[in-house]
Amino acid sequence: MKLKKYFAGLALAAGTTVISSVALAAETIKVGVLHSLSGTMAISETTLKDTVLMMVDEQNRKGGLLGKKLEAVVVDPASDWPLFAEKARELLTKEKVDVIFGCWTSVSRKSVLPVVEELNGLMFYPVQYEGEESSRNVFYTGASPNQQAIPAVDYLMSDLEVERWVLAGTDYVYPRTTNKILEAYLEASGVAKEDIMISYTPFGHSDWQSIVSDIKKFGSAGKKTAVVSTINGDANVPFYKELANQGVSSEDIPVVAFSVGEEELSGIDTGPLVGHLAAWNYFQGIDSEANEYFVQQWKKFIGDEKRVTNDPMEATYIGFNMWAKAVEKAGTTDVDSVEQAMIGIEFPNLTGGVAKMNKNHHLSKPVFIGEIQDDGQFEVVWETDGVVAGDAWSDFLPGSKDLIADWTAPIKCGNYNTQSKACSGQAQ
Amino acid sequence: MKVLLLKLWMAVAAVLLLPTGSPLAQPEPTAPAVGSVLQQLPGASLKKTGDLVRQLEQAGGAEMRPLFEVMLAGDLYYVKESGQLLQIQKNSDGARMGISLFEGKSLGEFNSRDIKKVRVNNRLRSQLRDAIARIELLHGDEAAQIAAVLAMLDDLNEQNLRLLQTAQQAGVSAEVSTLIELAEAMVQLRTSTDTADRLAAIEVMQGRLETPVRNQLQRLVNSDSEQDVAVVAAAQKALDKISGRMEFYGQMEQLFFGLSLGSVLLLAAIGLAITFGVMGVINMAHGEMIMLGAYTTYVIQQLMPNAIGYSLLVAVPAAFLVSGSVGVLIERGVIRHLQGRPLETLLATFGISLILQQAVRSIFSPLNMQVVTPEWMSGSLAINPVFSITYNRLYILLFSLAVFAALVAILKKSSLGLNVRAVSQNRDMAKAMGVRTEMVDAMTFGLGSGIAGVAGVALSQLTNVGPNLGQSYIIDSFMVVVFGGVGNMLGTLVGGFSLGVANKFLEPATGAVLANIIVLVCLILFIQKRPKGLFPQRGRAAE
Repeated sequence: MKLKKYFAGLALAAGTTVISSVALAAETIKVGVLHSLSGTMAISETTLKDTVLMMVDEQNRKGGLLGKKLEAVVVDPASDWPLFAEKARELLTKEKVDVIFGCWTSVSRKSVLPVVEELNGLMFYPVQYEGEESSRNVFYTGASPNQQAIPAVDYLMSDLEVERWVLAGTDYVYPRTTNKILEAYLEASGVAKEDIMISYTPFGHSDWQSIVSDIKKFGSAGKKTAVVSTINGDANVPFYKELANQGVSSEDIPVVAFSVGEEELSGIDTGPLVGHLAAWNYFQGIDSEANEYFVQQWKKFIGDEKRVTNDPMEATYIGFNMWAKAVEKAGTTDVDSVEQAMIGIEFPNLTGGVAKMNKNHHLSKPVFIGEIQDDGQFEVVWETDGVVAGDAWSDFLPGSKDLIADWTAPIKCGNYNTQSKACSGQAQ
Repeated sequence: MKVLLLKLWMAVAAVLLLPTGSPLAQPEPTAPAVGSVLQQLPGASLKKTGDLVRQLEQAGGAEMRPLFEVMLAGDLYYVKESGQLLQIQKNSDGARMGISLFEGKSLGEFNSRDIKKVRVNNRLRSQLRDAIARIELLHGDEAAQIAAVLAMLDDLNEQNLRLLQTAQQAGVSAEVSTLIELAEAMVQLRTSTDTADRLAAIEVMQGRLETPVRNQLQRLVNSDSEQDVAVVAAAQKALDKISGRMEFYGQMEQLFFGLSLGSVLLLAAIGLAITFGVMGVINMAHGEMIMLGAYTTYVIQQLMPNAIGYSLLVAVPAAFLVSGSVGVLIERGVIRHLQGRPLETLLATFGISLILQQAVRSIFSPLNMQVVTPEWMSGSLAINPVFSITYNRLYILLFSLAVFAALVAILKKSSLGLNVRAVSQNRDMAKAMGVRTEMVDAMTFGLGSGIAGVAGVALSQLTNVGPNLGQSYIIDSFMVVVFGGVGNMLGTLVGGFSLGVANKFLEPATGAVLANIIVLVCLILFIQKRPKGLFPQRGRAAE
């Protein structure tokens, strides 16, 4: 009997939310949030959901957009790639959201892509990725390889005089493509084939003994050696632990990682990692007024003094604010108008300087190399002189070096071949 | 500030008064005084800081060691306003406490806004380490001296060589002395023109496994400008000998890696060998029992933050109790109602595993938890320059064998073991003989789960402690038990180690991904041929 009552109450509660959201629908601008809140990716993506909610809150406190309040619609694609497509369809057709902020892994983005293109939606993707893509309906606010991987290699080559390279990655699309680009880039810079070692491991790999021992042997040939790591997620901790245990220090063989940020470091003992490097467009430790305000705002919003900020959060922050600016500029949330208004929009980075949205839907952002400190934060040891424009198509891959993306008239194409002057230089 | 400067001047004077012959005691005429160099340190660029450190070493010598060490640790700060250098240490409340350099006097608390860190990067760190090594060579203990000489082998310039000779004259232990002779031989081979001298040098270098030795010989053999045929031949011979030894130790290392992976598999599987092997329950929640053990380790470490070294010793029985009692609850609450229905048991335990995962997510957050590795489990035991064994792997290998032995002893020698074996062989007969089978079932399941919890303590030292920890080991565990032969403890032992060793010997040739696949395919083929595994149960019990 009690149970029945409880269910009735639940149904009633659900009913009221439906009614209230219907009543509100007329006067709000809907912001869809498509990040996994359960499953393996929840660990990273939940943070981004909270970031969008914080931004929506902030915007509403400023009076909303175009005189309307913003309303966040959160769905949970549960780290399940096909479900990402279904949930995106639900957001666009049922909830009729005006914009989506979402996805983390490349495979989830690839799964959503046909849906947003078919239904002419608008999505902001805030994570560093392998490039080789530009869609009219997606804005990429994370780093492309030339904004993360290439500058990191440049730093190692010029400042640390590295001559031998280990490209270690998890076995999936982002590391494979990034390593292909890096290999081509290194060979173009005069590195011999035998000075490059490539190794792939499965997701969640935890037994690094053999690989670390191989790296150690590879690094003992009398030439300065570095590891460029695209190792994903959880597998990093046992990797660094094994490095430390086998006595490989960051001074002998530094590891520069593209997937290790403040958030990943917050759950682990950072002792063995001190001195290893990471390349990002943002670090929490960078001293600026905007950043300090953002960090404080985040800690307050989430109610935890120990929570950290990271690069994909800044990418979400920039993307959200650029979208808000574009909507105001266009005077509407209509996707076609906002898409055109987005190009050329500028917004200050949290680290100083200004990010700009380019014609290829990628950002111009600065690149930083940080060394891991014992408190889990990064100390910037190098940064690019100015901003670096994100490249949708890598200049170092044979299939894509003639391709560009340009979404302004007259080209209006995501993969325009500059040689044949035709769109769709690649199968797409 | 005044006191500091005075002290520094005294240091410089002391260095000047040192007997000549020591390179440290010969400040170059152009080297500026320590005090003025130190004043340039605040706000200097990383490159400039490197130059300044070099000048400081020349001018200050051994007295600079505390400064270098503070810098190396990243604790060197300066007050933004005055430019005063000081060491900052965070106390337990997170407040930044200033300590004056060289005297170690407390300067009180500082606001993070008022001070700025003297930045160090990897290049500076290695420069500082080298500088400290040079100081250590003359003033440190034997271990420090060995490390210092080894560090210098990479960079045998005039200054380092003179330093080594000075140390040699000052009197060092036999081991250090051998290393210094090796360094001298390396220089002799490089600089001497006399064939006999060079051959003698190669004689000393022969069979040494230090990387710089190998690289030098390799360069000599590969170089086109080398005219002396006898020297090249001798170098080639020495190199072959070194390669032979390296090959041998490489195989040893491979074997150890394999045994270590095997020990992890054994630990993960050993609990399942009881619940699945002996009781016949397909327990999909086995991985979560391991996870609970790992989380118990985390909680124990939170409870005793000042005794991390002992935390693991406490965690082992605690994890056994936690996972064991959860196991008993699961058996009493769910599994006993599903006896003889393997499919339902599989689904029910799978459901339990999801519930446990989500419970842990809700209680501890979905983020990974930080389990600290105690001092005694970090680092490695260096047997020689190319073969070292990491302590954590070594202890876990020994631990897995100990757990296995304990378990076998329980099954073979205790009355619980007798009952377990009786029930698993013939339930009805055991019941007729007065064995309380229900009780035995609960105890057996608890034992298996408890052992899984103990495995979790060990795994917390190797991998991430998070809600998904168990999932990554459940497949491996079943693989080992099925391969070894269901119901046979010895089979689990042999199965775990052979899978580990096979995997590790394949890995260098095929890569980690392919090695996993090959092992799995071979295992499937093996099971096709011998469905009952390596050590099938025989006799009536097998029916």
